[in-house]
Amino acid sequence: MRTKYNVVFFLLIVLGLTGCATTTQRVLDTDQSQVQLRSIQTRAFDTTDKKKTLKVVMSTLQDLNFVVDRADLDLGSVTASKFANNTLLKMTVSVRPRGKTQLLVRANARFGINAIDDPEPYQDFFAAFSKAMFLEAQEVD
Amino acid sequence: MEKYAILHTIPLDFNMINLTKVKKVFIFLLIPFFCFSLIGCATTYPKDCLRLSEDSLQMRQLQMRQYETTNEREMILASAGVFQDMGFTLDDSETDLGLVVASKDRDATNAGQVAMATISAIFSGLSGSSSDSFAYIDKVQKIRASVVTRLNSEGSKIIIRVTFQRIVWNNSGNVSRMENLNDKELYQGFFDKLSKAIFLEGQKI
Repeated sequence: MRTKYNVVFFLLIVLGLTGCATTTQRVLDTDQSQVQLRSIQTRAFDTTDKKKTLKVVMSTLQDLNFVVDRADLDLGSVTASKFANNTLLKMTVSVRPRGKTQLLVRANARFGINAIDDPEPYQDFFAAFSKAMFLEAQEVD
Repeated sequence: MEKYAILHTIPLDFNMINLTKVKKVFIFLLIPFFCFSLIGCATTYPKDCLRLSEDSLQMRQLQMRQYETTNEREMILASAGVFQDMGFTLDDSETDLGLVVASKDRDATNAGQVAMATISAIFSGLSGSSSDSFAYIDKVQKIRASVVTRLNSEGSKIIIRVTFQRIVWNNSGNVSRMENLNDKELYQGFFDKLSKAIFLEGQKI
């Protein structure tokens, strides 16, 4: 009798532990190193034309079937969304200067309630983007 | 006294089948536990979600038009005007980048779905049970669109590209569908209206 209850109790605890993360963990999302995430999501381009870069970002997003939600030239950001498998795929791309000759382009996307932090989708995005920019995407350390 | 005896025999019975029962309980709990650990909290994204698809060229032809002008501001104004003609309200715009975003909420009731729900309600009524089939029929939809303008590579014409999408809610208030709209007539209709708007605005109407 006692063994049975112990087993049930043990399993309940294990189930409780496998549940989702706490709010703080969810807000900070620190299950991956910050440096690693940045290098996955960021590329450098040999241009200083922020406006042109943002326009290419928007047309690349449209090529990928996104609807642009908002854009801001001063801030250098574009947010767009599209639907895949009945789920929202939302993406923000930001552009900022790097030194005097380069721009850093950073993209981050979420699918439904999950961040996309694998390298492959970002490689795909930057492949499409650099083709439209006529510029090579450079990896950033 | 009789009652007491019965109560007393139950734990004894439990003790006798104790071992096999624990095993059973253990296995029964282990199965959902494995399922939980497999599902986790994550739903995975389609691997090609940010890859240019093969039909992207086709979509481009559908969603893009060139106009013989170099005045981007006028084209943005005309696009905003077309959205208003279509009953959209503007959500956001950035004229420096050539962007207008607009949306509208509309009825999403579909005659086919209502008919199916009615039939289903009648059948479950006949069988004596209640039906919630009407809760799952589409009710409201939000249609969103963005227009982006840019100069072509020679800088001689303006390219306008529009993309549409919609979110549909059912009667119980849940999202039933989210989709990108790729209907040819929709885009054709939009550009017809845009051409007309440019003409009207050119005539100062």
